[in-house]
Amino acid sequence: MENLLSLFVGSIFADNMIFAYFLGMCSFLAVSKNVKTAVGLGIAVTFVLLITVPVNYLLQVYVLGPDVLIEGVDLSFLSFIIFIAVIAAIVQLVEMVVERFSPSLYNSLGIFLPLIAVNCAIMGACLFMQQRITMDADNVKAITSFASAVVYAVGSGLGWMLSIVCLAAVREKMAYCNVPAPLRGLGITFIMVGLMAMAFMCFSGIKM
Amino acid sequence: MGLFSKKSKEVFVTPLLGNNPVTMQILGICSALAVTAKLEPALVMGISVTIIVALSNVVISLMRNTIPSRIRIIVQLVVVAALVTIVSQVLKAFAYDVSVQLSVYVGLIITNCILMGRLEAFAMGNSPWDSLLDGLGNGFGYAMILVIVAFIRELLGSGTLLGFTIIPQCAYEAGYLNNGLMLMPPMALIIIGCIIWVQRSKNPEL
Repeated sequence: MENLLSLFVGSIFADNMIFAYFLGMCSFLAVSKNVKTAVGLGIAVTFVLLITVPVNYLLQVYVLGPDVLIEGVDLSFLSFIIFIAVIAAIVQLVEMVVERFSPSLYNSLGIFLPLIAVNCAIMGACLFMQQRITMDADNVKAITSFASAVVYAVGSGLGWMLSIVCLAAVREKMAYCNVPAPLRGLGITFIMVGLMAMAFMCFSGIKM
Repeated sequence: MGLFSKKSKEVFVTPLLGNNPVTMQILGICSALAVTAKLEPALVMGISVTIIVALSNVVISLMRNTIPSRIRIIVQLVVVAALVTIVSQVLKAFAYDVSVQLSVYVGLIITNCILMGRLEAFAMGNSPWDSLLDGLGNGFGYAMILVIVAFIRELLGSGTLLGFTIIPQCAYEAGYLNNGLMLMPPMALIIIGCIIWVQRSKNPEL
């Protein structure tokens, strides 16, 4: 239980998807112009992570790992194709379910929902999960059970959402600032994210 | 149309400077930031992405008339994932140290937006030869930014280039210190921000 809690907090702050690993930067920069859409995208990413990472965990443990399917065969080189296929299929599924049961949420997410399939944060979380399965059980980052895979997925999703909402809030205020013309728009956004990442670096020193 | 007609040349050259995928179209940032603490992984990453963009552009361009438009994203993802798997296995076999340093970022080439962007925007509507040039141009444009950022970060952060010491010992004795912050992730963002700044002040119309 204690392990799960520290894994959860660690994946939100110390291993923040954006500020520590730069995953999902493309949509992070493109969709952070106002807080409302940022929250919507954050929820969608968290939701897709919550489904894909545990599914890929089960696939990795029961199908792709060494010696599990066929004795003496390690199928983990297939993981890229399998993971991306699972992600694309689940995003498609989530899209249909959301459209059927909550048309209002579907309309507010619009184009972002199908684009989540190529969001690096999802694929990144799956690949980190694959790495962490092989770690020692003592390591707080290790993913040892199905429950810890779920916790890791929710934590990284919330961390991603936290950072996109923060950036959107700062960018809304930036509209009132006098920025040098060539730096306006993208340039200043990059520098701002850099400064925010520096602030987040202090979490990485915390021992849990 | 000749092999190096005016259009082909344009297709190859524009992504290098005028319409660079990283600084102008803001594609493929994730990996551009994460692998640039040292020059060597940045070079390997740039070359891998160039090869994958060029080959997947050609493959998709050859198949563009037979792919049903409803499932084209999945077809593109499968082609890219297959190429990335091959590159990742080759790296593991011939450059194991670098592939350990790149860790998950080799796998993340699949979700690199440059690939999907070029496949959707160019390869689906152009001939294989033009698509090859477009892929090479975008790959080199991406690799160029990676190498510039990695050059600055490695030189100022560890005083070396490709692992060879550049800053002379006497400079350290005179009190020069490596800037450890350069090796931290935030500086990559700030350096790219500055590159965009320089590029836009040179060409105000961008």
